[in-house]
Amino acid sequence: MLEATVEMSQKDKFLSHFGMIDFSFDKSPFKEKRKEAEDRLSNMEFPTSKTEYWKYTRVNKLIRQEYILGEQELSSEIDLGVPTENCLVFINGYYSEELSWTKSEEGIDFMPLSKAKEGNQPLADRFDQLSKKEEIFSTINSAYHQDGVFFHAKKGKLAESVYYVINISAGEKAISNPRNMVIMDEGSSAKMIFKNLSASEGYSFTNQLTEYFVGRNANLEVNKIESESDEAFLISNDECQQDESSQFKINTISLSGALLRNNLNIDLNGSHTETWMNGLSLLHGKQHVDHHTLIHHREPDCVSHELYKTIADDASTGVFNGKVYVHPIAQKTNAYQSNANMVLTDEAAVYSKPELEIYADDVKCSHGSTTGQLDEEALFYLRSRGIGQKKAIAVLLNAFLSDLVEHIGVEHLREEVQAVIDEKYSGVK
Amino acid sequence: MASEEELLEEITNSEYKYGFVTNIESDKAPKGLSEDIVRFISAKKNEPEWLLEYRLKSLKIWQGMIEPEWAHLQYPKPDFQDLHYYSAPKPKKKLDSLDEVDPELIDTFNKLGISLEEQKRLTGVAVDVVMDSVSVKTTFKEKLGELGIIFCSFSEAVQEHPELVKKYLGTVVPSADNFYAALNSAVFTDGSFCYIPKGVRCPMELSTYFRINEAKTGQFERTLVIADEDSYVSYLEGCTAPMRDENQLHAAVVELIALDRAEIKYSTIQNWYPGSKEGKGGIYNFVTKRGLCMEDSKISWTQVETGSAVTWKYPGCILKGDRSVGEFYSVAVTSNHQQADTGSKMLHIGKNTKSTIISKGISAGQANNSYRGLVKINKHATNSRNFTQCDSLLMGNKCGAHTFPYIEIDNSSSKVEHEATTSKIGEDQIFYCKQRGMDEETAINLIVNGYCKEVLNQLPMEFAVEAQKLLEISLEGSVG
Repeated sequence: MLEATVEMSQKDKFLSHFGMIDFSFDKSPFKEKRKEAEDRLSNMEFPTSKTEYWKYTRVNKLIRQEYILGEQELSSEIDLGVPTENCLVFINGYYSEELSWTKSEEGIDFMPLSKAKEGNQPLADRFDQLSKKEEIFSTINSAYHQDGVFFHAKKGKLAESVYYVINISAGEKAISNPRNMVIMDEGSSAKMIFKNLSASEGYSFTNQLTEYFVGRNANLEVNKIESESDEAFLISNDECQQDESSQFKINTISLSGALLRNNLNIDLNGSHTETWMNGLSLLHGKQHVDHHTLIHHREPDCVSHELYKTIADDASTGVFNGKVYVHPIAQKTNAYQSNANMVLTDEAAVYSKPELEIYADDVKCSHGSTTGQLDEEALFYLRSRGIGQKKAIAVLLNAFLSDLVEHIGVEHLREEVQAVIDEKYSGVK
Repeated sequence: MASEEELLEEITNSEYKYGFVTNIESDKAPKGLSEDIVRFISAKKNEPEWLLEYRLKSLKIWQGMIEPEWAHLQYPKPDFQDLHYYSAPKPKKKLDSLDEVDPELIDTFNKLGISLEEQKRLTGVAVDVVMDSVSVKTTFKEKLGELGIIFCSFSEAVQEHPELVKKYLGTVVPSADNFYAALNSAVFTDGSFCYIPKGVRCPMELSTYFRINEAKTGQFERTLVIADEDSYVSYLEGCTAPMRDENQLHAAVVELIALDRAEIKYSTIQNWYPGSKEGKGGIYNFVTKRGLCMEDSKISWTQVETGSAVTWKYPGCILKGDRSVGEFYSVAVTSNHQQADTGSKMLHIGKNTKSTIISKGISAGQANNSYRGLVKINKHATNSRNFTQCDSLLMGNKCGAHTFPYIEIDNSSSKVEHEATTSKIGEDQIFYCKQRGMDEETAINLIVNGYCKEVLNQLPMEFAVEAQKLLEISLEGSVG
C-alpha cells in the first residue's frame, strides 16, 4: 500500500532526468526564464491519444524510457563529412570545442549559446519569446535546455559561408535538450544547416528548440537533416518570426530515427513576406515521422508555399498536419499547401490533415493532398523502352522528389541528399 | 421577442396527421430529462419493452458523456434539464386566408415558386376545398403498397413492423456514437421509416410523397431507411420553405442501410430559422447521419444547408461491402451570424470501394463555415479510391471559411486525392457580367449558382430549381 503512494507520476519521473544538470552558469534574464518554464510545467501533462495536436503520434513509448544525461565527449570517431568553414558541434546538448571549427566573418556572430548568454543584448531581449508556452516539450526545453548555437547576422550582412550546426546523440539512453537562436538583422542573408546524428546504436531522445527572428528585408534559408539511429527519438520545435519583406525557407529532410516529430510555427509579423516550408521524408522500417506546421498570416500581402512529400516503405507511418491561419487583416494573402504521399507497402500508413482557417476574404488559399502509389502506366512506359523494373521505379521516385531536392540552396547538400535518395531506392522491390 | 414568438406560433405547421395520437392535448412532459421522462415518452407511444430498454440504455450512455467541444463553433450550450422532451403537437389556431400570414414569408414562398395550395398548407391556412393531397396520398400509398414498400412514420413502423425496426435500429449509428446520437436514442419522438423490399425499384421520389405527408415530427427525429438487396430508392427530406420552429435544439439521427446491390439516394434541404440578422435566436441543428453500404451497393448524400444558427452535421458512409460506393455532395451557405461545421466521413472497409466528396461552402456577413471530413482507408480496403474537393467562397471581410480534412490511408494500393480552395468571387467575373448588362446582385447569383452546379445537379429536378432560388434568397443583401 505504501509503495503506491510513493510512486512518482510518469511526468515527474521523466522530469527527474534533468534534476542533475547544473544551470548555475545562467544569469538574469535567462535564469528567470528557466524558472518561469519550470513553474508552468507543474500544471502540464504529456499529450494522450485524446490530444488533438498529437492525434497520430503516441509519446508513451518515448516518455516511459529510462534515460541518462549523455557524455559530453565522443568515445568513438565520427565522420562528420562537412565541407564548410564554419561548424559547431554539440554532443548530447553540450558544446564540443574539440570537434568544432569556425572562421570568423565580419558582421556575423556564430558561437555556442552558453557563451552568447554572457552579455549579448539582442539575445537577452529576444530569448524564449517565440517558444510555444502551452506545449510541454517546448516548455521542458525552455526549463532544462543545455547548450546550442547562437547565430546573429548584423544589418546588411550577406553571409559568405554556409553555417553548420551538428547535434550528436552519443551513447545509449542519452537525453538532451539543445536550444538554438538565430537572429537576422535588417537586410542580412544567410544559409544554415542543422544536422542531427547519432554516434551509437540504441535509443536516445533529443528535444530541440530553435527560434528564428528574420528581420526586415532579411533572407534566411535553413536546411534540417534528421539522420539519427533507427531507435532514436527526436522532437524538433522550430519557431520563426518574419518581419516586413523578409524571406524564410526551411527544408526538413527526415531520413532516419524511430520517432520524429517536427513542429514548425511561423508568425508573419510584417507585410510582403515570402515563406517556403518544405519537407521530404523517406521512411523505412517502423519509423514514425510527424510534421506539424502552422503559419499565421497576420499582415496583408504575404505569400507562403508549403510542399511536403513522404515515401512510406516497410511498416512506417507518415503524418502531415499543416495549418494556414489567415487573420482578418491579412488581405491579399496567397497561401498554398501541398502534401503528396506515396505508400509502398500495405503495412505502411499515411495520415494527412491539411487545414485552412481563413478570416479574410480577398485571399487565395488552397491545399491539395494526394496519396497513392507509382503510376502503373508511367512504369509500363519506361519498361517498354527497355528500362529494368528497379531502374524504372528509381526514375519515378526520383522524379517525385526532384522538386524538393531542387529547393535545397546549398549545392553540396543537394548532392548529398540526392545520393541518399539514389542509394535508398536503387534497390527498391 | 414576444412578437417573434407569436409569429412563430402562427406560422408553424399546424396539421398533425399521424393517426396514433389521440386525445393528447394536455400532454406535455415536465422539463428535464430522467429515466421517468424516457418511460413516459415510451408509454405515451405505446412502445414494446425492447424499445424502452433501448431508450433507457441510451440514456445511461448519454448521462456518462460530455458535450463535444471540438467543432469550430461558438454558441451558448443548451441546458438539457430546461427542455421539454415530449410535447404532443396541438392543433394551432387556423388562419382564414393567406392575408393573415406574415407578408415576408409569403414573399419568400413566391420567390421559391411554391404553389398557392402548398403555401396555404405550409402556413396552416384552412383549406376549404378537399385538398388534392389527401387523394394523392392514398393513391401513393396504394401504389407503394402493391410493391411491398413500407413508408410510414417511425411510430407506426414500431407498431406494425417491429421485427424490421428491431433488427436495424442503431446498427449504423449506435447509441454510444456521440453525445447527440445518444440523446436522440433516448428521447426520439418520431420520424420516418422506409423499407424497400428485394429487387424493387421505388417508382417515385419519396420526396413528393413526403411533402404531402409532412407533419411536425418534433425536435428529436429518427429516420431509418432500409433498401433490401437489388432495390433502389430516392428519398428527399426537408423543404426549401423556411421552417420556423420554436424548438431551439434539434438532434436528429438518420440511418441508411443499403444491402447487397441496393442504391439509396438521400437528398436533404435544410432551411430552419437561422436567427435574426443580429444573431439572436435561431436553431441548433446537431445531426448524425450515416449510411451502411454492403456489397456492390451505393449511398449518395446530397445536402443543401441554408438555415439554422448552428449546424453540426457529417453525413457519412461506411463502405463495408466490396465494391460499394459512397458519395457526398453538399452546399452549405452561412450568412449573418450563422455557423456551420459540416462535412463527410467515408470509411473504406471493403475492397475496391469508391467515394467522392464534393463540398461547396459559401460564407457571407459575419458567418463561419467549416468543412470537416474524414477519409479512412482500412488496411484491407485494397484498391480503394477517394476524391475530395472542398471549395469555399467568401463574401465580405468579416466572415470565415475553414477546412479541416482528416485523411488516413493504411494500404499501398489505394488512391486518395484531396483538394481545397478558398477565395472570393473574382472581380473580373463580376465585371464580365456587368459589362453585359447585369446588375451586381444578378451577376453574383449567377456566379454562385455556377459554383454550386455540381451539387445542385444531384438533386431531384424540381428541388434543384427551388434550391437555386433558395441560394439567391439566402445571400440576398449580403453583397456590396
